[in-house]
Amino acid sequence: MTIVDKVRALLGEGALLEAARAGEVPRVAPGSPDAVALLLRTAHEEGWHVRVEGAGTWLPPDAPADLALTTRRLDRIPAIQPQDLMATAEAGIGCDQLRQQLADHGAWLAIDPPGLAGRTLGSVVATATAGPLRSGFGAIRDHLLGVTFVTGDGRMIQSGGRVMKNVAGYDLTRLQAGAFGAFGVIVLVHLRLRALPRADVTLVLEGAREDLARVADDIRAAGLAPAALELVSPALARRERWVLAARVAGSDALVASEETELRAAAGGRLAPLRAEEAHAFWMRAAESLATRPVTFRVGGLPDSTDELLDLLQHQVGDEWVSAAPGTGAIRWAGETTADRLRRLRRALAVLEVPLTLERAPWELRSAVGHFGAYREGVGPLVSGLRKTFDPHGVLVSAVAGDE
Amino acid sequence: MSAPDRNGGSLAAELAALVGPSHVRIAPAERAAYAMDGLPTHRRVPGVVVLPGTRDEVIAVVRLLAARGVAFVPRGAGTGLSGGALAEPEAVLLVLTRLNRILKIDPANRCAVVEPGVVNVKLSAAAAPYGLLYAPDPSSQTACTIGGNVAENSGGPHCLKYGVTSNHILALEVVLADGRVVTLGSPGGEAWGPDLVGVFVGSEGNFGVATRITVRLLPVPRAVRTLLADFVSLRGAGEAVSAIIASGVVPAALEMMDQSCVRAVEDSVYAAGYPRDAAAVLLVELDGRSDQAVDEEAEGVAGLLVTHGARAVRRAADALERERLWQGRKKAFGAMGRLSRDLVVQDAVVPRSALPEVLETIGRIAAHYGLVVSNVFHAGDGNLHPNISFDGSDLAQRARVEQASAEIMEACIGAGGTITGEHGVGLDKLRYMPLIFDGDSLGAMHAVRRVFDPEERVNPGKVVPLHACREWSSTATRNGERGARTDASFNSAFRLPRPALNPEGSQ
Repeated sequence: MTIVDKVRALLGEGALLEAARAGEVPRVAPGSPDAVALLLRTAHEEGWHVRVEGAGTWLPPDAPADLALTTRRLDRIPAIQPQDLMATAEAGIGCDQLRQQLADHGAWLAIDPPGLAGRTLGSVVATATAGPLRSGFGAIRDHLLGVTFVTGDGRMIQSGGRVMKNVAGYDLTRLQAGAFGAFGVIVLVHLRLRALPRADVTLVLEGAREDLARVADDIRAAGLAPAALELVSPALARRERWVLAARVAGSDALVASEETELRAAAGGRLAPLRAEEAHAFWMRAAESLATRPVTFRVGGLPDSTDELLDLLQHQVGDEWVSAAPGTGAIRWAGETTADRLRRLRRALAVLEVPLTLERAPWELRSAVGHFGAYREGVGPLVSGLRKTFDPHGVLVSAVAGDE
Repeated sequence: MSAPDRNGGSLAAELAALVGPSHVRIAPAERAAYAMDGLPTHRRVPGVVVLPGTRDEVIAVVRLLAARGVAFVPRGAGTGLSGGALAEPEAVLLVLTRLNRILKIDPANRCAVVEPGVVNVKLSAAAAPYGLLYAPDPSSQTACTIGGNVAENSGGPHCLKYGVTSNHILALEVVLADGRVVTLGSPGGEAWGPDLVGVFVGSEGNFGVATRITVRLLPVPRAVRTLLADFVSLRGAGEAVSAIIASGVVPAALEMMDQSCVRAVEDSVYAAGYPRDAAAVLLVELDGRSDQAVDEEAEGVAGLLVTHGARAVRRAADALERERLWQGRKKAFGAMGRLSRDLVVQDAVVPRSALPEVLETIGRIAAHYGLVVSNVFHAGDGNLHPNISFDGSDLAQRARVEQASAEIMEACIGAGGTITGEHGVGLDKLRYMPLIFDGDSLGAMHAVRRVFDPEERVNPGKVVPLHACREWSSTATRNGERGARTDASFNSAFRLPRPALNPEGSQ
């Protein structure tokens, strides 16, 4: 019996996607969390290696495996509770669909991850890729109330719950967010929502990077913390020069007062975009990042943003860069090599700044890993967790330490 | 109690050599002072109490205990409400209150580095000159420590808008059970690898001892408005909470007190001028940068309160009145202490829209068992604190308290909630864990704990009820390999808990 025969017997013909082309691995789309568990239990017993995919728009679906598991049929939204500002969604739902359905209920998930609009929720959680709204609303983990995941040996594990505060047991939800699938396949996510903002304004200023960084400093020094404050490279902004973009969202009164204060802090130089322009600006920036072969993020301190941007420019170029001077987070996209990434990582490690490789062809990410070398003592913890959640190494993921 | 024998004496001597004799407590009376935390229903006298004064001393103590195979329990100020900081007679209590230095405040990056024994409120006081504050504000904040807050993932009234402890911890230096020191996270808050800071916060001391904690600081809000609304029914107050949340306004805090709590406060020295005949009062705080925007939000909220049946909405006119309104809330537990000899402060969370229903159910349970239950809680988060007044010397009453507590927990779970929102599982909630997690999920937690602490020596017996865990075979094998000890290494002072003697046997 081939793997395909076994999967067919296990999950039915419908779970197998279009017949694999020559040289491609069979692709399976389980229709329920239980089917995911069944498949992985079998993989664990049979010794198969399984690559996990969402919509296939973020991480290239190119890791070597016996089988590809796509979550795309896990696309239900079992609960939207606007009165509790909470929703439960399956991991394979596209972010665009989820956003639309939440908006129909007057609710909002305050994340704007890079990538194409149809990128799955599970992919965003597993890779913890937050966008510019992180400045105002926190990292991906801060939007999660709980997750259900399936381990590499097919156990269904619940963590967290559906309520706003929860300290019952260890926080395995945070462990899943940003683990790049090494600790299981996320199948269900409980989300903390916000009310859809009544007002949402983006102000921009174009100029030289150094000048804009000073304006960003002034905004911070004034104690302002907009929903997003992002320094965007010309290519990403599709402008002649760098752009500083500030976004404020909330009640009419809040947005009006923050807009006034932002303009004052920036010496009156920030100009508002029309609503459709603002939407296009942020969407283009998010999507463009996914058009380059490699994306990584570095997590510095706010006052090191300038220095880190210089370092990036010097070592890997800064054509496609988006930086949040309020949080110290920088996202880079482009083309690069394993050697350059290793060199950059070493330089950043000296500054206590981690570099997380978010997206790259398998050849590159398997060579340098999503995280690179772990700090002293951390490697054994990560490999211990990996063995705990996936004892036979069924799930293919590049989280092992490098160098 | 198995008091330390002459071998215990030798361990105490070794500890004294590391931290100084005045920082090791072996006399029964001295140890008895550490027999309880903030929870009155559990009591354990630790075998030895040790109070290291520096990070290096903590590391040395942990390494000594690892070499001797002795279990230990990290403890801050002992204000916890789940029995999490209690140590069995076989274990050493590692008290961290002497590590109370604020090592760095970095206003440019809005963060600070502190030792675990720093008292919560002192951190905000130290940050105040820079216009910054540390947001999580548990009711015990004048006593509780940041290290304890990290272990418990503590909340507080202002977590509604600003998030719980977990949202404010950027990086940690941790001493693992075997004495290895690891650095988790990064000063900017980006995880370095998988999010080990995220899983450490709230692990109730089971994953090691945090010796350096990097926290996020936030700007002090310039504009603050505090409203007090009173209601003739609990249900009305609960519905007003839902209406405010659904409106999209995020109050800094949204607290509820029921009549029993209001009267306890008004009868005490903390009297805040709450109307004694109200079925419930809501304390709502809005904050932000602009007076105008906050005023506008406050008016919107006041309108919703009235629409949902508030008899009156009082606005704090100045800082003094605001402080007085808050004092009643913050000291409510103290005030309720006057109602009876003992008080159990319960903790559970429900979806906010379920509040009216659940509050009524709690009232029925209290009436059925003939107990006084007072509710004072973080309504905006759905985080309930039904507090049961009782006389612990009355055994029959104690049994009724236990039964009522269990029924309250079941009602909260039935409403889609959970068994603890900020107090932790500790010893007290162990029995409820199987009500919300199946054997695989509990087994996964247990297995994760053993990655950090294969011998289960740090705070043993807490958080995960071992009998309810489904076997996690891969872990057992792995720990069997690396957890094997020779008898010779058990030159221990104390009778050891079973898991430490036989790692496989605990499954």
